[in-house]
Amino acid sequence: MNSASSIRFLYAAYIATWLIHALYLGSLVRRYNRLRQQMKDLGKGK
Amino acid sequence: MKRAFPILAALTAVLLAYAFYQAMFVAPTDALQGDVYRIIYYHVPSAWTAFLLFFINFIASVEYLANAKPSTARAANWIVIAIGIVGAVAPFVPQVQQQLPAGLYPSSVATTVLAIPAFYFFIGKYFPGQSLDVLAVTTAEVGVVFCTIVLITGPIWARPVWGIWWAPGDVRLTSTLVLWLIYVSYLVLRRFSDSAQTQKLAAVLAVFGALDVPLVYFSIWFFRTQHPQPVIGGGGSIDPRMLHVLLISWVGFLCFAFLVCWWRYRLEKLRREVEEAEALESLLESGGAATQTSKAKVPLSRGPQ
Repeated sequence: MNSASSIRFLYAAYIATWLIHALYLGSLVRRYNRLRQQMKDLGKGK
Repeated sequence: MKRAFPILAALTAVLLAYAFYQAMFVAPTDALQGDVYRIIYYHVPSAWTAFLLFFINFIASVEYLANAKPSTARAANWIVIAIGIVGAVAPFVPQVQQQLPAGLYPSSVATTVLAIPAFYFFIGKYFPGQSLDVLAVTTAEVGVVFCTIVLITGPIWARPVWGIWWAPGDVRLTSTLVLWLIYVSYLVLRRFSDSAQTQKLAAVLAVFGALDVPLVYFSIWFFRTQHPQPVIGGGGSIDPRMLHVLLISWVGFLCFAFLVCWWRYRLEKLRREVEEAEALESLLESGGAATQTSKAKVPLSRGPQ
């Protein structure tokens, strides 16, 4: 197997792993910010 | 606990960086596959972590269903104790040992079965009432993330090694995909159903979904599959240096999963509190004049952690 091409698959797998984790963590941050906004609105009594 | 989070996050980051260094530069190159085999240092720990999270989801769901009535909760406790006793003893009975697949140690089976009562009573003690449901949704969601990684890194490894991205009909691959689909359905059900029975329905679905986990795990023992045979605990052998890196990587991913679950758990608790507060506020507003004096009583006792 061509080592240069196989290393590209290795990098792709590692990048994909962290990309998925980053996307998920990003979604958690977004949900958290939305909740915080809702709490602020509740505190103001809308 | 709030102060522990950043410390644990820093330690996890160091551990994952160390695992990455070990996987890329220290672990020996595989004689047949070359460097691409190093994908296992992310693929396998992600799979193990996903299985563990689905297992916790299963226990929390069973316990949530069992706690619906005191009588069923008591019966479930005794059933779980019985499973623990039988599971600890049976694998060492010669007749049972003969039925175990080659390379599967009786002690491994006993330990795995003993995990059921251990997790059941631990979760029951520290996650009472609705916290069980919060734990179930948390572990299902994070488990799906890890399972997605398994399903993406697997084909990336398969393309250069097998020459194909996916082996249609392969039991290991198909059962993993089915497992992912079941838990995605679980999350979709929870997201879009407004029924008062949603939590119970989701718990039942989770119990069925968890039945697929042993099928995924044991498929390479019981079926002829394209997927590589187990290298640990299955009669296979792995270079001790590779095993060392694999375990470091798994510990790193376990710590990472724990932190993400912790955050997701708190987020879910907070979301439910806000929902309750909003419902109460709209109830008070519809109550008329009393609203103005009662707003201060909205139980929004704490800010986001």
